[in-house]
Amino acid sequence: MTYQNQQQQDGPSRVDGRAKVTGTAKYIAEFSFPGMVHGYLVQSTIAKGKIRDIDVADAEKQPGVVKVLSHKNLSKLAIPAPAPDAVVRPFYALTSDEIRFNAQPIAVVVAETFEQARYAASLVKVTYDKADHSTDLAKVIDAAFTPGREQPNRGTPEEVFAAAEIKIDATYTIPIEHHNAMEPHATVANWENGKLTVYDKTQGIQGTTGYLAGAFGIDRANVRVLSPFVGGAFGAALRPGPNLIIAAMASREIGRPVKVVYSRRQLATAHGYRPESIQTVKVAADKEGKLTSLTHEATHNTSGYENFSESLVGMARGLYACPNVRTVSKIARIDMQTPLWMRAPGMVSGAFALESALDELSYKLKIDPLELRLRNYAETDPETGKPFSSKELRECYRQAAERFGWSKRNPEPRSMRDGKYLIGWGMASGMWPAGQAPASARVTLNADGTARVESGTTDIGPGTYTTMTIIASQTLGLPLEKITFVLGDSELPPSPAQGGSTTTSSVGTAVKEASELTLKELMAAAGAQNDSPFSGAAFEDLEFKDGTVQIKGKPETNRKYADILSAHPDRKVSVLHRSTPDSGERGKYVIASHGAQFLEVRIDEEIGNIRVTRVVQGTAAGKIINPKGAHSQEMGGVVWGIGMALTEKTEVDHALGRIMNPNLAGYHVPVNADIGKIDTIFVEEDDKIVNPLGAKGLGELGMVGIPAAIANAVFHATGKRVRDLPITPDKLV
Amino acid sequence: MRPFAFKRVTTPADAVKTVKENAAARFIAGGTNLIDLMKEGVDLPNELVDISRLSLSLVRSLSGGGVSIGALAKNADTANHPLVRKGFPMLTQAILAGASPQIRNMATNGGNLMQRTRCAYFYDVATPCNKRQPGSGCSAKDGLNRYSAIFGWSDNCVAIHPSDMCVALAALDAVVNVQTVDGRERKINFADFHRLPENAPEKDNTLAHGEMITSIDIPKNNFAPTSYYLKVRDRASYAFALVSVAAALELQNGTIKQARIALGGVAHKPWRCFDAEKALVGKKPSAELFQEAAKNAMSDAKPLSDNGYKVRLAERAIAKALRRSARI
Repeated sequence: MTYQNQQQQDGPSRVDGRAKVTGTAKYIAEFSFPGMVHGYLVQSTIAKGKIRDIDVADAEKQPGVVKVLSHKNLSKLAIPAPAPDAVVRPFYALTSDEIRFNAQPIAVVVAETFEQARYAASLVKVTYDKADHSTDLAKVIDAAFTPGREQPNRGTPEEVFAAAEIKIDATYTIPIEHHNAMEPHATVANWENGKLTVYDKTQGIQGTTGYLAGAFGIDRANVRVLSPFVGGAFGAALRPGPNLIIAAMASREIGRPVKVVYSRRQLATAHGYRPESIQTVKVAADKEGKLTSLTHEATHNTSGYENFSESLVGMARGLYACPNVRTVSKIARIDMQTPLWMRAPGMVSGAFALESALDELSYKLKIDPLELRLRNYAETDPETGKPFSSKELRECYRQAAERFGWSKRNPEPRSMRDGKYLIGWGMASGMWPAGQAPASARVTLNADGTARVESGTTDIGPGTYTTMTIIASQTLGLPLEKITFVLGDSELPPSPAQGGSTTTSSVGTAVKEASELTLKELMAAAGAQNDSPFSGAAFEDLEFKDGTVQIKGKPETNRKYADILSAHPDRKVSVLHRSTPDSGERGKYVIASHGAQFLEVRIDEEIGNIRVTRVVQGTAAGKIINPKGAHSQEMGGVVWGIGMALTEKTEVDHALGRIMNPNLAGYHVPVNADIGKIDTIFVEEDDKIVNPLGAKGLGELGMVGIPAAIANAVFHATGKRVRDLPITPDKLV
Repeated sequence: MRPFAFKRVTTPADAVKTVKENAAARFIAGGTNLIDLMKEGVDLPNELVDISRLSLSLVRSLSGGGVSIGALAKNADTANHPLVRKGFPMLTQAILAGASPQIRNMATNGGNLMQRTRCAYFYDVATPCNKRQPGSGCSAKDGLNRYSAIFGWSDNCVAIHPSDMCVALAALDAVVNVQTVDGRERKINFADFHRLPENAPEKDNTLAHGEMITSIDIPKNNFAPTSYYLKVRDRASYAFALVSVAAALELQNGTIKQARIALGGVAHKPWRCFDAEKALVGKKPSAELFQEAAKNAMSDAKPLSDNGYKVRLAERAIAKALRRSARI
């Protein structure tokens, strides 16, 4: 990987970088309580049925073993039993004899050491009454259904498509994929005097707190959740994992703190996954390339016990100006654990289908794929007619195409070569809704010239520690090193889960507004002091910089924050603030981030070897707060897109109903050697609507167009259209 | 992992004796595969005999011009040894195509020969697997077999040998030197070292329990300038071969005097294509000739439900590797 732009090297580095590379940043499995014991999970070996018996005699005889816990001997949770005819019944581990998916946790062996617990777990003998299972989406697709309401058609898509001359009707498939974060799911739980404290790998402190309070029927105030560092999550920790409830139940049962850490092999069912999808796109255009009809039908799997549904068809509704649009979203039940959001959920799967189909259409029309997109550019939201709060997608296309050299592309498939290699150039687009949720933050300015900024958010890797520190630094007029940002504790001011690329927008706004209010408190304190030069000065006339304040243009009024606060009776000022999106104003617009991707593949056709040699990624996501972090996010998005396009697949043996590659050797995420040059361009937008920061999310956007762009480049190189991911060598030979 | 005893030995004789006396004892050197197997519960030794400090890590010239590589020399050191780089560059290529730098720094040559299949069912103790649990059945034969064998499999097992290094050693007619359980030394031709699954897939090779590899001899040859190791895999590093080819030619006055073709990723052992090799002898190298040889090498392949592509891929890979060897 190479860094191309000065733009990307500007801006501060991670404020937590040193802690991370020196190991002082502690991840969940590294926390302990005095007297703690270790729990090791026993997982089912069938996909569906009931547990007949769990024989723990051998296991409990082993040295160090405290107890083997399962539904047979654990105390009941406070959750009300679901109605007998309820379709949707969330999974609570170790609460019943029912097996809903293979490798389901069914018991936990608690022992003095991890090794003792692991060995004893191998001696637990389980017998089952097996039931027939089904894990193959293709086999159950006839039973697929639309959860909730069907989306009404725009115009008359079916009639127009039937009558159209130039059209594409193609089906695209994507297998199950797993997040494979470096940090495994883990919980350390401790009950003390009716209060529960957990260290838990989670993206959402508040959700986890509420989940535990509900499960154990205790007040939220009696639950404390800590998650100071998260070693990658990508959505995998947006719902509580079985580790959480199991560690908490086991600790309550045994009366000692309990640590439960998933092993890599077990991890494949610790959380959900990107569901398998089967999609059909029907798209028609007139001779000039104006889209006349677009139908996107998407079916993905859910579990046997919950209706998980993510939208794969959002871009079909919102990316192109097309008068006739039909979208259908269905789910079908298979006997695996419930899927879960995985980076760019729904959108990237849908984009693979939609942006591949547009590419196919471009060849039929003999119009350049970029030109086709420009001819169908949506100036306003095609669904509602509302304006976009800002949309620099056209400029993304222009700048990224120019840097890539797209104009030199020979449109003919198989026409470009580098020696014996086939060269393919492909492009695609992406979008992501720019959401914002209520969030809160507390800012404290101290007499020693430092500030403490707190919010109960999490940082799963995108650089939230850094981004929030930057926002506080810029607003408070303090150097970065004077600011400590604290997150990951349910006792901090509540903030939403880190998901959907909304943290900068939500928590960042809270931090910015709380910082401004703190400065006002500071000036109130200053104004109350004798000989204040600021009496009568409007807040807008003040300048806050390097820990000092002055009236603009009047350096003689300059005062240090530290001096003002040293004279303050509390020796600090502090503000707790909750920010809320301006839904009235936001509601008048459609707010989304956009991106354009251009990339090159080099293919050794003889042996099916594909290499993505260079990528130019153009991103329009409002104002970029943390340039290095944003560059890393977009780079990571490209790498994820390469994985989805070329290497990643969760292998399921349908006869066993079992995931068969649950490890990093068998599940192929891209390695460094797979990655070529990645160049990112940020087209900044001056967006006064999205939030006071002007910042939209970009963490998920970065991968949305990549898989389609790669498949499109593979077609350009080889003349072979691969509609089934991943594009492994066997699909080209 | 079940509790186990750990014994460090100081002589090969002691090592062999200790393991011989305990059916559940295993040698351990680099441990890059055995430790994984123990963590997964696939292998459950109750005693590990640490041979890593025995003096078996020398890489040296053989009197006839070949090279001897010690059983305990690290894969990385072997690949980068001047004698190997200069005299047997295909072996260097093969070793460096395997695993990751970290693993190659730990893994030993003897261990490389002894590594077990990476068949997903072998690694998952919740599934039937005749290699792990004789008589339990083969899940891969009618299950996920995209990675499985296309040659030499039996109804009992369709697993493949995962090594890259061994494919090159097979092509180079290496000889494995072994310390026997009664203290003698014996030599095993590389082609006879690993075995096909037949009715005993639990046995990967022809070593008796307790026998220990001490070194591997590679006889002198003239392949160095005209040999090539080609590996096709799902990602650029840290992935086992879908198909790999060790191809070596000896050219004399523009004709092929000797040829070697060995395949990885296609069988329970490194797969030599003897007939295709013979058919090349005496001919002038050409793309057409190599294409024909590749086709012949695949003529008796028996693909399974998900790995028919290996026949096409291996054919192309053989042709390509031969062309690379002959520099055409």
